[in-house]
Amino acid sequence: MKTNDVILQTATKIVLFVIVLFSVYIFFAGHYTPGGGFVGGLLTAGAIILLLLAFDMKTVAKILPFNYMNMTALGLLIAIGTGAGALLFNKPFLTHAFTYAHVPVLGKLSLHTAAIFDLGVFLVVVGVTMTIIQTIGEDE
Amino acid sequence: MEILMAFIIGILFMSATYLMLSKSLLRIIIGTGLLSHGAHLLLLTMGGLKRGAAPLLGEHAPSYTDPLPQALILTAIVISFGVTAFFLVLAYRTYQELGTDNMDRLRGNEGND
Amino acid sequence: MSLLHLAIISPFLLAILVPFAYKLFRQIHTGWFILPLPILLFSYFISYLSITSNQQSVTKSFSWIPTLGIDFTAKVDGLGLLFALLITGIGSLVVFYSIYYLDKNKEKLNTFYVYLLLFMGAMLGVVLSDNLLVLYTFWEFTSFSSFLLIGYWYHREKSRYGAQKSMIITVFGGLSMLAGIILLYIMTGTFSITEIIAQSDEIFANPLFVPALLCILLGAFTKSAQFPFHIWLPDAMEAPTPVSAYLHSATMVKAGIYLVARMSPVFAEHSLWLWLVAGFGIVTLFWGSFSAVKQTDLKSILAFSTVSQLGMIMSLLGIGAAALHFETVKDSYFTVATTAAVFHLINHATFKGSLFMVAGIVDHETGTRDIRKLGGLMNFMPITFTLAIIGTFAMAGLPPFNGFLSKEMFFTGMVRVLDMDIFNLDTWGILFPVIAWVASVFTFIYSMVLVFRTFTGKFQPEKLEKKPHEAPIGMLISPIVLASLVIIIGFFPNIISNTLISPAQAAIMPPAEGYLYDTHIYFWHGFTPELFMTLGVITLGILLFATLPKWRSVYGLFPKKLTLNRFYDGGLEIAQRGSMNFTKIYMNGSIRNYLIYIFTFFIVILGFALFAKDAFTFDASNISTIHFFEVLLALVIAVGSITILFAKSRLTSIILLGAVGYTVALFFVIFRAPDLALTQLVIETISVSLFLLCFYHLPKKRNEERMTFKMVNAVISVGVGAIVTLIALSAHSNKLFGSISQYYVENTYEKAAGKNMVNVILVDFRGFDTMFEIAVLGIAALGIFSMIKLRMGGGKKNENK
Repeated sequence: MKTNDVILQTATKIVLFVIVLFSVYIFFAGHYTPGGGFVGGLLTAGAIILLLLAFDMKTVAKILPFNYMNMTALGLLIAIGTGAGALLFNKPFLTHAFTYAHVPVLGKLSLHTAAIFDLGVFLVVVGVTMTIIQTIGEDE
Repeated sequence: MEILMAFIIGILFMSATYLMLSKSLLRIIIGTGLLSHGAHLLLLTMGGLKRGAAPLLGEHAPSYTDPLPQALILTAIVISFGVTAFFLVLAYRTYQELGTDNMDRLRGNEGND
Repeated sequence: MSLLHLAIISPFLLAILVPFAYKLFRQIHTGWFILPLPILLFSYFISYLSITSNQQSVTKSFSWIPTLGIDFTAKVDGLGLLFALLITGIGSLVVFYSIYYLDKNKEKLNTFYVYLLLFMGAMLGVVLSDNLLVLYTFWEFTSFSSFLLIGYWYHREKSRYGAQKSMIITVFGGLSMLAGIILLYIMTGTFSITEIIAQSDEIFANPLFVPALLCILLGAFTKSAQFPFHIWLPDAMEAPTPVSAYLHSATMVKAGIYLVARMSPVFAEHSLWLWLVAGFGIVTLFWGSFSAVKQTDLKSILAFSTVSQLGMIMSLLGIGAAALHFETVKDSYFTVATTAAVFHLINHATFKGSLFMVAGIVDHETGTRDIRKLGGLMNFMPITFTLAIIGTFAMAGLPPFNGFLSKEMFFTGMVRVLDMDIFNLDTWGILFPVIAWVASVFTFIYSMVLVFRTFTGKFQPEKLEKKPHEAPIGMLISPIVLASLVIIIGFFPNIISNTLISPAQAAIMPPAEGYLYDTHIYFWHGFTPELFMTLGVITLGILLFATLPKWRSVYGLFPKKLTLNRFYDGGLEIAQRGSMNFTKIYMNGSIRNYLIYIFTFFIVILGFALFAKDAFTFDASNISTIHFFEVLLALVIAVGSITILFAKSRLTSIILLGAVGYTVALFFVIFRAPDLALTQLVIETISVSLFLLCFYHLPKKRNEERMTFKMVNAVISVGVGAIVTLIALSAHSNKLFGSISQYYVENTYEKAAGKNMVNVILVDFRGFDTMFEIAVLGIAALGIFSMIKLRMGGGKKNENK
């Protein structure tokens, strides 16, 4: 299907960054305001789907050379690894820890192992959604 | 509101059941989609509706709505997405391989199991 | 997590690295990477000897699932340490042996060593855990790794058969053991063995005591191949010989013995325990040795001999339990049976391990294990022959080897049964020494068959696949080490008597406060009944061995149809066919039927429960306000979902589904659930696009549905809808319990330092849910990926295009 999608393509280039930035924000803000790994992941996946709509499969694969299956596996490993990490400190599986750190420019930051776990969720959601879309798309 | 929701949930379940019992694969999948909507709303209604602010501590409200059903539903939404996607691909591959989406014709026959 | 825990799980950790080692260093035999671990563990456990030889123990706890009372408590006492040393010691020798036995170019070494390491770790877990549920988990892990190892050469049908058989029998026993563990928990409220032992006097009168005893024993008997469950062990010999030496003679089959020994302090008060353990043991001893004589395969002889020796240890443990009935356990008059059990356990591991390795060498160098084809190998394999002589003579109970000492002790224990005036032992007890003696005669005969049919007699080169020659030195080292142990323990038994045997005995039968077991083993006891029994065994044994061809036909007298294996195969067949026929009655392949079953049950059971139990209540007092636009939204959902039912076009239905989904998202907004609303919006978008991607590939035509078909659907769906409405109403009106949500509201900031409760619940409080959820997502993606990418081969692919 060769159609001329100049408007869509141009808009995508701008909107894409907005969506990705927003999804990253939502991912990190998830602990305090609505959001988190799921929504963040889904939004990122949505952004990539938009790219797929505007350009074709090959171009997107060139821009984002990820193997989404591996991304899913990586996400699962991170999530399980965070849980198992607690065992090393003689705590039950999946016990999270948090602390506050003072960083010069940014000020007070709270650091959570839960955020690492959420990163795993994020990666799995992106990986799974994109695997599904990509495999179906490639099949046509 | 809860009473209204109870009826809405009933209607969602009813349509879902009807669709799931039909013969076409696509209608069955749509049925599962409706069923999960019904289940999510049911969970939420069971926990009580509009009992306070959104469950964000930043709101500094005197009372909050129940966060637990919401967490459960969030999990359920994502799972049902995964399942729906799986069903869809299953249906589409079935049609590709077997040339029918009629549930009656998709029955395994004797000696072929 | 202490060093001890790390030692237990270290084999699992190493197992993860094995495939990489195999891939990266193809030139080096993978076994060399494995070997250091058991040696290291062996030396580590040796360091505990200083503690256990004083009959003390070390306990290291580590809470695993504290809410369920499951702690990974590792306890090293005499018994556990003895087994740990056997597992790592024999393990080292077996790994070393396997390096020469398995060809690095022909075999898939990575899987072999992964399975072997899994087994080693699981076995260490079994013998060192104090928590019964943890023990059970490791226990099933040993069954599982044994299954994989027996089926290692899975292209052979017999391997698969043997693997399945061992799995079915041992897992069946394992499940029954789990039931026993749960019964114990119900009685005592704890999973810890130490605490259960402390309460053993109180649970004695409990009606659940006997069922728990039976369940636990069933687990132990199946694992330790006691009659009539022994049938899996001979078939397990399809495994590579190092595995047979390790799992099926020295360690795994002794797990049942371990369990019986470990649980003795709990159950031994009961007469049933004594009769069952001793009775099954002695029958197994006899049946195993009797059946071994008729075997023609070297490993089959060894398998039945293992069965019989396990029976012997088991019966000794049973007899030893009687000692607990006399005031104090100070008196060593009856505990000698327990001493003999522990002593023979060690001896059996040494001589049987070396014999298996010898059998492996013969197989490896001649290409057969059939004693009818073998003979006269003495001249070709002098070292192997010497090893075989040492092993078999020890097994037959001849001096000066260690087997003689434990055999004498065994007789002592059996003879002393006659002096026990409890549980009717004064009348029926006479059977024990008699059967034991007869079984020993058969043991003597098969031992002689094993060594003399293989190494002496006429050499038959035409029947052998290879030209026999002595094995390479690497293969000989392990059996040499074991055989030297046989001799060393034979001459100096007292080097292990108070370092290994007494501590183990103290764990099996906790002595009175402050008392230490003191074991001394002597060669010469004077002219005792035991000595005459041994002399009788040797005389009659030689006589019968010499005349074996004449009375061999006795074995033909047993009807072939009545063997246990027949029962097993028949039972399996009937179970498979019966369950298939039963399933076919209601599983007719139509998913609609299944759904109708489900929905009908849903309506009937829930409807019945609602009204029969008076669960339906309706209370409109506590409802929230309603706005006009909310009614509008509700109407959208209602109309939308009903219209789907009548929609002719597929596109319409998909769009309607999307509309319903978005409206649900709006409801989430109204109900103060921002996270849900966000997720639902994005998910709905993605799923609608998925639907649109896929519907393209589905047929346009809708399938015709007849009127009756539609009516059935309508009735069922209205029923489901009504029931759900009623449930929703009463769920709202009738709150039996207060909400647990307040906990989350209060602790979100305190314990998890977050402010978004929903997200904190997801990633922290209920992180397990989320973890499994993403696992499910991953599985769905894998399924989709494989459905699309992996097509069934060839021709069929384009059939319908």
